[in-house]
Amino acid sequence: MNKETENLRKEIVRISGVNPVKCMRCGKCSATCPAYDEMEYHPHQFVYMVESGDIEPLLNSKSLYQCLTCFACVDRCPRGVEPAKLVEAVRLAAVRKQGANHLKADDIPALLDEDLPQQAIVSAFRKYSK
Amino acid sequence: MQRIGVFVCWCGSNIAGTVDVQAVSEALKNEPGVVFSTNYQYMCSQAGQDIIKNAIKEHKLTGMVVCSCSPRMHEATFRKTAAAAGLNSYMVEIANIREQCSWVHKDMQIGTEKAIILGKAAIAKVNLNAPLVPGESPVTKRALVIGGGIAGIQTALDIAEAGFPVDIVETKPTIGGKMAQLDKTFPTLDCAACILTPKMVDVAQNENIRIFSYSEVTEVKGFVGNFDVKIKKKARYVKEDVCTGCGLCTEKCPQKKVPNEFNLGMDNRRAIYIPFAQAVPKVATIDPNACNMLKNGKCGVCAKVCAAGAIDYKQQDEIIEEKYGAIVAATGFNPISMDKFDEYAYNQSKDVITSLEFERLTNAAGPSAGKLIRPSDGKHPHTIVFVQCVGSRCAACAEKGKEYCSKICCMYTAKHAMLTRDKYPDTEVYVFYIDVRTPGKNFDEFYRRAVEEYGVHYIKGMVGKVAPEGDKLMVQASDLLANKQLHIAADLVVLAAAIEPDKSARPLATMLTASMDTNDFFTEAHPKLRPVESPTAGIFLSGACQGPKDIPETVSQASAAAAKVIGLLCKDKLTGNPCVAHSNELMCNGCSSCERVCPYGAITYIDKEFRMPDRTTRVRRVASVNPAVCQGCGACTVACPSGAMDLNGFASKQIMAEVDAICK
Ligand SMILES: Cc1cc2nc3c(=O)[nH]c(=O)nc-3n(C[C@H](O)[C@H](O)[C@H](O)COP(=O)(O)OP(=O)(O)OC[C@H]3O[C@@H](n4cnc5c(N)ncnc54)[C@H](O)[C@@H]3O)c2cc1C
Ligand code: SF4
Ligand code: SF4
Ligand code: SF4
Ligand code: SF4
Repeated sequence: MNKETENLRKEIVRISGVNPVKCMRCGKCSATCPAYDEMEYHPHQFVYMVESGDIEPLLNSKSLYQCLTCFACVDRCPRGVEPAKLVEAVRLAAVRKQGANHLKADDIPALLDEDLPQQAIVSAFRKYSK
Repeated sequence: MQRIGVFVCWCGSNIAGTVDVQAVSEALKNEPGVVFSTNYQYMCSQAGQDIIKNAIKEHKLTGMVVCSCSPRMHEATFRKTAAAAGLNSYMVEIANIREQCSWVHKDMQIGTEKAIILGKAAIAKVNLNAPLVPGESPVTKRALVIGGGIAGIQTALDIAEAGFPVDIVETKPTIGGKMAQLDKTFPTLDCAACILTPKMVDVAQNENIRIFSYSEVTEVKGFVGNFDVKIKKKARYVKEDVCTGCGLCTEKCPQKKVPNEFNLGMDNRRAIYIPFAQAVPKVATIDPNACNMLKNGKCGVCAKVCAAGAIDYKQQDEIIEEKYGAIVAATGFNPISMDKFDEYAYNQSKDVITSLEFERLTNAAGPSAGKLIRPSDGKHPHTIVFVQCVGSRCAACAEKGKEYCSKICCMYTAKHAMLTRDKYPDTEVYVFYIDVRTPGKNFDEFYRRAVEEYGVHYIKGMVGKVAPEGDKLMVQASDLLANKQLHIAADLVVLAAAIEPDKSARPLATMLTASMDTNDFFTEAHPKLRPVESPTAGIFLSGACQGPKDIPETVSQASAAAAKVIGLLCKDKLTGNPCVAHSNELMCNGCSSCERVCPYGAITYIDKEFRMPDRTTRVRRVASVNPAVCQGCGACTVACPSGAMDLNGFASKQIMAEVDAICK
């Protein structure tokens, strides 16, 4: 792992408070996840990819915005890993990388589509407005 | 003044790597009382012991300090060495410069300094040591086995075979344990009943074995070789020696709607019942919570139909008192409750069952006479999903699951899947696993057969959700290797529930003063070298109460525990531990503080006459320690407000001398 990746990894672990090493790779998070089919990378992959420093693909993946923050994976994980918090942390890292490029409340109506669940809107709103 | 020898061990590089052993033996040469000091590569070896023996003779040593590994490791060895050279064993002290020094320090200077300090403390103590002579106690040649599962059965049979009387105490109305509920058993697939029930009959017929069924241990006193035990034989309202086990009462009893615990509540039994046809003892038992006669005096049918006249509604609990030389804990295990696993809908659907329920459903003597059916509608299931590790390997929430691997479920799930495919080839069988753990003779081959010969679908992944939908169970799961989320419409879902020790084990351990781990499994005296003994002398461990085990392992451990018991019962006398408490009667004010803290009940009070300075006499109550019962834990010496209690070999004076030596 190069220095930059290592720092990013540490930063994500720090802001999430999640220790990915605790994961025993059972896949119960991904078995639980209601947004699974929308996601390119699934909750257990988030955990593994952060652990192994393979974070770049996550930062660029739409999966970041597909997570509903429903916390089902957090509730079910037998090892207390809390994958959703990791997803959120990567999402934050992505936002920070983009600087102050936050989503404005006014922008939301234009982005809405019919299939977007209510929760996702609320969650996105919270994440992107100042 | 003592003449003390100091022997510093290198333990190869274990100690010498971080402790300058030469410097230690040099530094300790000048301590008070020390007349000889040396170091050697392996003190515990024959050559090392010879150095000690020669020094004892040559320098006329009256005490010695070995700076080496933990006393748990070699104190006994060096005591024997000393005794062989004519020095009292209790004049030997160990300074632990390995576990508590060289292994925890990386720096040679710090390690050496600490080793010297630990050596000085031990020397300060030996200066105050006095020779001690252990007492002897007789051995009661009878063993008690608590729990009548396959573990308890095997242990009892082996002890009885060796000619010693054994009693089995079993809480249930019959012995047999979980194995009696199983259908076929891995890895050979012989039917559990065919191999278990002959053993149960052997137990019943063995002249050396008594079975106290429907009974529990309520009090344990005493110590190794001399336990005094109270056993409560619960009233079963049937005279055990009169009942012939004909079972007529169990057919005529009008109270028909009592959930049958033997079939895990999947069918009903009567208020008077015999758990299963091969029960031992084969005697009926009345359930006082269900019987009309016992609840409100209205019925009495069983007494009328019983030709033998065995029914006795007035029967009372009976307390039996017996002496034992050794006690074996064999209290087994139970599957954990599935109440907290909402995601698997166990409480929502009858068709979500545990693996033990599955055993009953496939057992010819079970609620469905061995026909695999859905409990909800009696239909034949076409798609079955097995979920492994339910509640095992779960570190997230202690109330929900267990952190350990339950060890047996990978194998029994492979068994269930294989037997299902064998008998019902039209059934699709899925097994979700995190890992397949099948170490053991012929175990992995067994699992591979399930996959390769029987076409069971093993999927690496977990089930996240089971949702009842119509008469189907919608199973949502991950397939990690295909990187897919699966949705399977199943007819039956079987949960491999984690196993935990019996709930009664914790209070029993307290009675036995046997230690347990955080999961309530009994702890062994040494995880590798003394796996069937509890750290408490005279208490032995057999079966799943010590940790998850399958039958082959349980039986091996059961026989091992029996061997240890036989070894103990063969002895006529046991040498005791002379490091016991004693009270100074002149200082004791009879306050009872020591009696209250003594976990072994070793302290009693006597009235003693004392002459007062004015030549009158006065009778005072003073503490008296039974040296045979005292285990030398030292709790009383701390509790005694007047400083009257002290421990032989660990006197307060000696401990203070050690502390002073360290703090100097
Ligand atoms: C679903 C399932 C399938 C299995 N299949 C297999 C298999 O195919 N092959 C295999 O090798 N193993 C199998 N096993 C494992 C097997 O059941 C155990 O290895 C075995 O039962 C352990 O025996 P035990 O005597 O230690 O415990 P248990 O069978 O639990 O017996 C303990 C006994 O002690 C009694 N007891 C408990 N507390 C007290 C007390 N305080 N006082 C008095 N009595 C008490 C209990 O009532 C019980 O009778 C299976 C287990 C399960 C759950
Ligand atoms: S929090 Fe996100 S990743 Fe976790 S289950 Fe919900 S949608 Fe899936
Ligand atoms: S549920 Fe927890 S332990 Fe299992 S794969 Fe997901 S994060 Fe890892
Ligand atoms: S007396 Fe009780 S056990 Fe006997 S038949 Fe009546 S209800 Fe059943
Ligand atoms: S034995 Fe297998 S199923 Fe049971 S807890 Fe261990 S890994 Fe899981």
